[in-house]
Amino acid sequence: MIQVLTGNHSAAYAALLSNVEVVSAYPITPQTQIVEKIAEFVETGKLKARYVRVESEHSAMAVCIGASSAGARTFTATSSQGLLYMSEMVYWASAARLPIVMPVVCRTLAPPWNIWNEHTDMLLVRDYGWIQFFAESNQEVLDTIVQAYKIAEDERILLPVMVGLDAFTLSHTSEPVDVPEMDLVKKFLPPRANVPYVLDPSNPFTLGNLAYPSHHMKLKFMQHTAMENARKVVLEVDDEWYKIFGRCYSLLDNFMCDDAKVIILTIGSSAGDAKEAAKYLRKRGIAAGVLRVRLINPFPAKEVSDILSKVEAVAVVDRNLSPGNGGIILEKVKSSLYSLKNRPFIKGYLAGLGGKDITVEDYIKIFEKTLESYRKGDSDMEWFSINLEATSL
Amino acid sequence: MNIKDLDREEYILSGNSSCPGCPASIGFRLIGKAVGKNAIIVIPASCMTIIHGVYPHTAITLPTLNIAFATSAAAASGVSAALEIKGKNYPVIVYAGDGGTADIGLQALSGSAERNENIIYICYDNEAYQNTGIQRSSTTPYGAWTTTTLKGKQEKKKDVPKIMASHNIPYVATASIAYPIDFIEKVKKALKIKGFKYIHLHAPCPTGWRFPSEKTIEVGRLAVGTGAWILYEIENGVLKLTGPSKNLIEEGARKPVQEYLKVQGRFQHITDEMVKVISCEIEERWNGIKMVINLQKVNGT
Repeated sequence: MIQVLTGNHSAAYAALLSNVEVVSAYPITPQTQIVEKIAEFVETGKLKARYVRVESEHSAMAVCIGASSAGARTFTATSSQGLLYMSEMVYWASAARLPIVMPVVCRTLAPPWNIWNEHTDMLLVRDYGWIQFFAESNQEVLDTIVQAYKIAEDERILLPVMVGLDAFTLSHTSEPVDVPEMDLVKKFLPPRANVPYVLDPSNPFTLGNLAYPSHHMKLKFMQHTAMENARKVVLEVDDEWYKIFGRCYSLLDNFMCDDAKVIILTIGSSAGDAKEAAKYLRKRGIAAGVLRVRLINPFPAKEVSDILSKVEAVAVVDRNLSPGNGGIILEKVKSSLYSLKNRPFIKGYLAGLGGKDITVEDYIKIFEKTLESYRKGDSDMEWFSINLEATSL
Repeated sequence: MNIKDLDREEYILSGNSSCPGCPASIGFRLIGKAVGKNAIIVIPASCMTIIHGVYPHTAITLPTLNIAFATSAAAASGVSAALEIKGKNYPVIVYAGDGGTADIGLQALSGSAERNENIIYICYDNEAYQNTGIQRSSTTPYGAWTTTTLKGKQEKKKDVPKIMASHNIPYVATASIAYPIDFIEKVKKALKIKGFKYIHLHAPCPTGWRFPSEKTIEVGRLAVGTGAWILYEIENGVLKLTGPSKNLIEEGARKPVQEYLKVQGRFQHITDEMVKVISCEIEERWNGIKMVINLQKVNGT
């Protein structure tokens, strides 16, 4: 049924459809509507779950870890400061191989205080061993969260999954969303199986006790292998979803890239504006394309490099910052292309930090600048539309 | 209850990695005797992390979740929530040290208690960060030497059971590894109560307190006998002294505190003035207990 939903409510409906059994969360702007909607689902009996209203994000993830270790399908959601506050347990969830799913409403980190969109929060925990998606639309938020349980609980994976949605542009913006029928979702996503084991006195064992380096290294290898499997399992699950619901997303969103000369590579909802810019330029005879990376971790390096190997110039637009290094996605893209014989020209742009708007016109400028820089051979990273004289709004 | 009637089964096996005379392993052994095999244990970073052994071995025969230092009460809430939604009815028991309880884990503990989660939280209080090598914690008593309080701790011991009682949870108790029946009875009582149960277990540590390893029980008895550690329980808000503490309400009935202090290397340096401070602190704590008991008498509870 088509409903008009915000990104936050799409995430809450996804939890409902996934029949999550234990929810634990701590409110943070702009994620609050997720936890409020789920409270409503639980209190009206729509969702048969225990809702543990914790005192912090650190405890929220700890509750999820405890509940997941005891076999429950668990859900939490956070944002920005909350993600960093829980980060010790974020790493724990993955190393403990627990299929927890968590939408992250991507918001700028303080100081200074700022509640608008930036991707630094989720990218800071990129190496924590979670499968990470970034969504472009509210429909994709809902679909990806339900898919995430199927991926996370797959025996080849057993890893937690994070689904990024942009603060306000998705979290608080309403769009028509096709909410799938519960019966169809139940067929797609059966109840969680007790694999490989859950805490149970009839089969006692210890989870997470001390291990010697040789065992530790073996466990890390297994975790890494599971993460590598994700690229394949994500596609399988996406395919199955397509067969039932008629929508699919793949690892990458290839928008007119196949014959493109210049490509903007980016993540998140802002890709929609980049696509509008590409359409505009196409009408003016410039072969522009947009490559939106949906699966951020594990990064689909081969798939990205296959597409970028055919173009002349690439602009990577990063709405995140590693101070002193630049854009996090830019580094990842560059390293993905290293083994190519003929690498394309790449220019990085730091844009939209702290929620600064990146408009369609901005993306047109980025396309044009990239082509101009390509001709001049100027590949220096650029702080796009920065005003160093800014003293007032 | 008689010691001879206890479960013969052991739930923490011999050959584990505890120090000789370790009170944490004594405490866990007694929990096993009280609970039996149908329980799930949650252990944060603490001496127990080491004691229960290295993968692929474990000295604990109950299913156990090891979890990060600050999170045992939250993680146990999660286990309990999962069991509830799955219709399983096993007790979930946290066994945490004083650092994981009174310091880094206090926020999660308070949150979990306020939500009245259906768990039993047992803090074995060895009065310092013994696992990392005897650094002071907020439950280290005044005057005690640790590797971070070389001249003796200048601050008083944090009264965690009192904090927990302020959460209005159904059951709070103190206990000592030196009085096994008193402790086991409290754990057994906790098993029958739904909601959050907190037991603070006094655990004299030979390694950290600097006394011979065969004297653990003796030091525990001296703590109770001198009134430095008081055994009581608060059931639905009503406080009752238990065990030998029942007869120690008057100062004259208690042994001089020096008897407790002098057997411990960690108090070797203390002056007569410091002993006075310690005596006053003990008296203050007893006065608090007396006040509550008298108030209960007036109110007829």
